[in-house]
Amino acid sequence: MDSIDLSVRRGSIHALIGPNGAGKTTVFNLLTRFLPATSGAITYNGEDVTKARPAELARRGMVRSFQISAVFPNLTVLENVRVALQRRLGTSFHFWRSQRSLEVLHERAREVLASVGLEGFETTLTAELSYGRKRTLELATTLALEPELMLLDEPTQGMGHEDVGRVVALIRKVSAGRTVLIVEHNLSVVADLCQMITVLARGRVLAEGPYSEVSRDPAVLEAYIGVGT
Amino acid sequence: MVSGWAALLALGLAAPFCVYPVFAMNVLCLALFASAFNLLLGYTGLLSFGHAAFLGMAGYVTGQAVKTWGWPVELGILAGTAAAAGLGLVFGALAIRRSGISFAMITLGFAQIVYFFVLHAAWSGGEDGLQGVPRGKALGLVSLQGNYAAYYFIFALFLAGFAVFYRTIHSPFGHVLRAIRENAPRAESLGYDVDRYRVLAFVISAGLAGLAGSMKAIVFQSATLSDVHWHRSGSVVLMTLLGGMGTPIGPSVGALLVVTLENYLSGYGSWVTVITGGVFIACVLAFRRGLVGEIQARVSSRR
Repeated sequence: MDSIDLSVRRGSIHALIGPNGAGKTTVFNLLTRFLPATSGAITYNGEDVTKARPAELARRGMVRSFQISAVFPNLTVLENVRVALQRRLGTSFHFWRSQRSLEVLHERAREVLASVGLEGFETTLTAELSYGRKRTLELATTLALEPELMLLDEPTQGMGHEDVGRVVALIRKVSAGRTVLIVEHNLSVVADLCQMITVLARGRVLAEGPYSEVSRDPAVLEAYIGVGT
Repeated sequence: MVSGWAALLALGLAAPFCVYPVFAMNVLCLALFASAFNLLLGYTGLLSFGHAAFLGMAGYVTGQAVKTWGWPVELGILAGTAAAAGLGLVFGALAIRRSGISFAMITLGFAQIVYFFVLHAAWSGGEDGLQGVPRGKALGLVSLQGNYAAYYFIFALFLAGFAVFYRTIHSPFGHVLRAIRENAPRAESLGYDVDRYRVLAFVISAGLAGLAGSMKAIVFQSATLSDVHWHRSGSVVLMTLLGGMGTPIGPSVGALLVVTLENYLSGYGSWVTVITGGVFIACVLAFRRGLVGEIQARVSSRR
């Protein structure tokens, strides 16, 4: 990773694209502090967060998803969302308190599940969900935190055509009032969804701009789509 | 559910009249030890390979407090438990920086340090351990010299320790632990400082293991090197897997099985380890979820 200069405007859906190994996930890991940055600075809402811990960033509203579906497989669907809601109660270290104290969260958890179309699956063990539904659940769990900035790592990866359409509609719906940074391979998704696109190649920014501009950039065509000019 | 617990309680109350009370007390101590271990392995996803340090060290502290300093037995047990929890805080805070096999190796390393400390310390009796620890009187009134009185005293402590374990896994904290076990990076990205949760789980587990060790010192009126030895750390893994990790009572059942096997096979000398090893392999191959885990899975699939 080498001199990446990336700014994401509040309220926009911003895509990060590039060929395999371009460093897209690395950028995510750096931003969310899952990897330490050796130099440079990361600012979030105008504050320097280069040294913050990952969990701290999440508490400040910057929540990421993962490339491989990140659910809690042996918890029920409802419990998955509840884990995200639970932190706000402030009792997460209370090992002496009954789990019944978590039941106040069920109504909100059901609302979140309904908003992504997972109603009726509340008591299903998450491991038994289809792949597309697992990714939807992951999105629901992220949403439950009401993040200001959502970082989605290939949300449509490995999905069939119908599921892709559903997830794109969902992302558009939940992006209202939030900022979304998204890593995506599927260019039609990117063209459809994102106002701004940053193209990475070999750890550098190759181009930046709206899809109409970026898609005509000769450097991008060469590096990304593989068409020589 | 409730009737199941009632049946277990009745079994626990009747046990000293059915089997030799000291045997039953040994089972209770090790069942609590295995439950403490289960809190880490089954509910947090951490494999500690040094849990004998907490069991054994607490035994020595309790023995020393009751025998040499003349403390009442309850206070001695409390001191042993607290010492183990304190040790757990130090070990946990350092070991937690690594996960997986490195974590297991760091805990093993710590346990070896404790072993050599106990072996060479001036007060711990070296190879002989601490002998002649008096059982004392419960609440200063009831002598624990008799095995029946001692049994119910130990049973009450076991119930208290098990209740702490059971409540912990069914608490808001326990739910976060499960999430961490399932997917630690995701839990982190939801805003949980994973390490701090793991350290607290480690301390509770160490404390409960310590309570088990303190109880054991009172039961056998001694604290021995074998309870600090890494063999003990290994046998608790065996009990937990045999009974079913991540099930509330599985490890207790595992402890019962292992202690029974060791007892009935003790005539065969060192063949005991070979036979328990064989049983272990057979059980793990046949019941991947452990005995209780397998029963649970059958029952829930039939519904």
